Amino acid sequence: MSIAGRVARNPIGYGILAVVLLFLVFSSVSVVKETDQAVVVRFGDPQRIINRYEPGEGFGNTAGLMFHWPFVDRVVWIDRRIQNVEMERQQVLSTDQLRLQVDAFARYRIVDPLQMYISAGTEERVSEALRPILASSLRNELGRRPVAALLSPERGEVMDNIQQSLNLAARQYGAEIVDVRIKRADLPEGQPLESAYERMRSARRQEALTIRAQGAKQAQIIRAEADAEAAATYAEAFGADPDFYDFYRAMESYRTTFGIDRDDPNQGEASIVMSPQNEYLRQFRGQR
Amino acid sequence: MSVFSGIGARLGALFNVGGKGPWGGRGSGGSGSGGGSGNGGGDGGGPKNPWSQPPRRRPGGGGNNRPTALDDLLNRGKSRWGGGGGGRPDLPQFGGRPIWFWAIIVAILLWLFFTSFHLIGPQERGVLTRFGSYQGTYQPGAKFSFPWPIDRVQVVDVENIRTIDIGGTGEDSENRVLTGDQNIVDLAYQVRWNIKEPQNYLFQISDPETTIREVAESAMRAAVARVTLDEAIGSGRSEIEQRVQLLMQELLDGYGAGVLVQGVAIEEADPPAAVEEAFREVSAAQQTAQTYLNDARAYAQQLTARAQGEAAAFTRVYEEYRLAPEVTRRRMYYETMERILAETDITIVEADGGVTPYLPLPEIQRRSRRSQPTPAEGETP
Repeated sequence: MSIAGRVARNPIGYGILAVVLLFLVFSSVSVVKETDQAVVVRFGDPQRIINRYEPGEGFGNTAGLMFHWPFVDRVVWIDRRIQNVEMERQQVLSTDQLRLQVDAFARYRIVDPLQMYISAGTEERVSEALRPILASSLRNELGRRPVAALLSPERGEVMDNIQQSLNLAARQYGAEIVDVRIKRADLPEGQPLESAYERMRSARRQEALTIRAQGAKQAQIIRAEADAEAAATYAEAFGADPDFYDFYRAMESYRTTFGIDRDDPNQGEASIVMSPQNEYLRQFRGQR
Repeated sequence: MSVFSGIGARLGALFNVGGKGPWGGRGSGGSGSGGGSGNGGGDGGGPKNPWSQPPRRRPGGGGNNRPTALDDLLNRGKSRWGGGGGGRPDLPQFGGRPIWFWAIIVAILLWLFFTSFHLIGPQERGVLTRFGSYQGTYQPGAKFSFPWPIDRVQVVDVENIRTIDIGGTGEDSENRVLTGDQNIVDLAYQVRWNIKEPQNYLFQISDPETTIREVAESAMRAAVARVTLDEAIGSGRSEIEQRVQLLMQELLDGYGAGVLVQGVAIEEADPPAAVEEAFREVSAAQQTAQTYLNDARAYAQQLTARAQGEAAAFTRVYEEYRLAPEVTRRRMYYETMERILAETDITIVEADGGVTPYLPLPEIQRRSRRSQPTPAEGETP
C-alpha cells in the first residue's frame, strides 16, 4: 500500500501530523535577512548572535537560514542598518549671547546586538535614550563657542566633539555613532530674527547710500573733467591771437545780445540810442 | 507589471492548449470552450484519452443525445464533487481527479513561474537573496532563481534619477539659512540622485530617502556658512552647488548608502521677504547712480563738442583773418552792426546840440511789447 493510500485511510490523523510537523519546522527555522541581526535567547538567556555587523564586511556571508530549538529559543530581531535619531529643536545660547535654534541628527548602528538587547531591548528605546544625550552634548559644545564658530570650518571640530561624547553614551547601548550633523541652525523667531533682519536692512541702506554718493561723485568728476577739457580746447585755439579773439567774441556777443541770434523770440526788442560820434557812424558824419 | 500580465496571458494560452489534452473532448465534442470543459462531448470519435471520464457517469450520456450546456455543467459538477454519484472510494485513481487538484497544480505552476522567473529591464538590477542572504545582483535580462521562500529578487531601478526638493519656491515657504557673515538667505534647491549599488541601498540604510534629505540639508548649510550673503545670492551659487554635491557624496559613501548624487541645483537664493525692500533699494540706488553718471557724461559730451566746434570755427576764421587783418576786421564789424541795427530802433542824438535828450523809456517798452502780438497797430502812434 502506498503512502497516499494510508493517508487516504486515516486523513484526520495524518493531517494533524502534517500540521504539527509544519509547526515544528516553522518554529525552529528562521530566515535572517541582510537587514537584520538576530539574538537567540533561551529562557531569557542570550545564546548566540547571528549576522552581527562587522565593519567592512560584504553581504551574503552570515545571513540566511538559521536553526534553533522550538519553544525554548526565542529570536530577537535587531536592525542591522544605519538608524537615525532626530533631535528635537534645541535653543542654544552661544558665548556671545546669541540664541540659535538648532536641529541636529545622529546616525548610529547597532554593533553589539547583545548589549543592545540587554540594555535597551528595542531600537526605539535606543533612539529615545540617545536623543536627550545628543541634545545636551550639543548644548554644552555650542554653549562654549561664539556663533561664528558654528558657521565656520571649525564646525567640523564641534561635531567631532559631540560625536565623541555621544559615542560614549551610545556604547552602553551597543550602538556606534556613525555621524552627527547639524541640520539647521536658525535664529529664533521674534526678537532675534527681527533684529537680524534690521541689521541686514541697515547694511543695505548703507550700501544704497554709498552707491548713490559714489555715483554723484563720479558724475561731478566727469563734469569737471569736461569743463577742464573744454577750457583747454578754447585756450589753445583762442590763445593764438587774444586781440582777435576779443574782437571776434565781441561780435558774436553783440549778435546774441541785440537780438539776431537770440533763441527766445519773446524777448523785448532792443532800442539803441547812438551818438553821432559812434564809430559806426564815422562815415555817416561825412569825414569831417 | 505589464510584462507579467503579458506572461500571464501567454500562460493562460498554454493551459488552454494543455486543457484539451487532459480533459479529453477532442474538438468535435463541441461544448468545450476554454479551460477544457469538453467533458460532455465524448462521442467516441476522439481518440482515447487517459483522463477522459468514464462513460458510466451518466446513464445515456453518450451517443447522439447531445446535452445542453446547463446539463453538461450540472453533470460535471455532480461527477466531480460527488465523485460521480456511483462513487469510488479510492480517490487517487487516474481518471477522476477532482478540480481542486488541478487548481493546486495551476497555483503551484503560477507560483513557480512568478517567483523564479524574473525579467530585469535595462534600467534595473535585481538583488538576489537566498533565505535572506545576499547572493548577487542580476544584470538586465531574463533571469531564473529558486522560487519564493528560497530565493527572493528585489528589482531596483538604478537609472531613474530621483529628485528631492528642499525649500519651496512659493511665497509663504521660507527655508532660512545662515550665511558666513551671519545674514539670512532664503534657499530652495533640488537634489538629484540615483542608486549606485542596489544591495547597499537596500541593506545599509533604514530610510534612504530621509537620510538623503537630511544629508542634503546639512551639507547645504555647511556650504552656505562658508560664503557671504552676496556670494550666496549671486556669484557663488555654482560653487555652493558643487561643494554640496561633493560633501553629500562623501557623507553618503561614509554610510555606505549606495547612492550617487547626480547634482544639486539651487533654484532660488533670495534675501528673506522681510528685508527684500532694502535689497530693492540697493538696486534702485544703483540705477540712480547710473543715471547720475549718464547725465554727467551727456553734459561732458555736449560741452566738449561745443568747445571743439567753437574752437574750430575760431581757428578757421582766424586763418583767413591773418591773411588780411584790417579788412577782415572791418568787414566783420560792419556786417555785425548791420545785422544788429537793421532790426533795432535807432535814435541818433546830437550830444552837443543843446537839446535835452528825452528818452521816452515807457513808450519804447510799450511799443516793443505791442509790436509783438499786433504789428499793424504798432504804426499808429
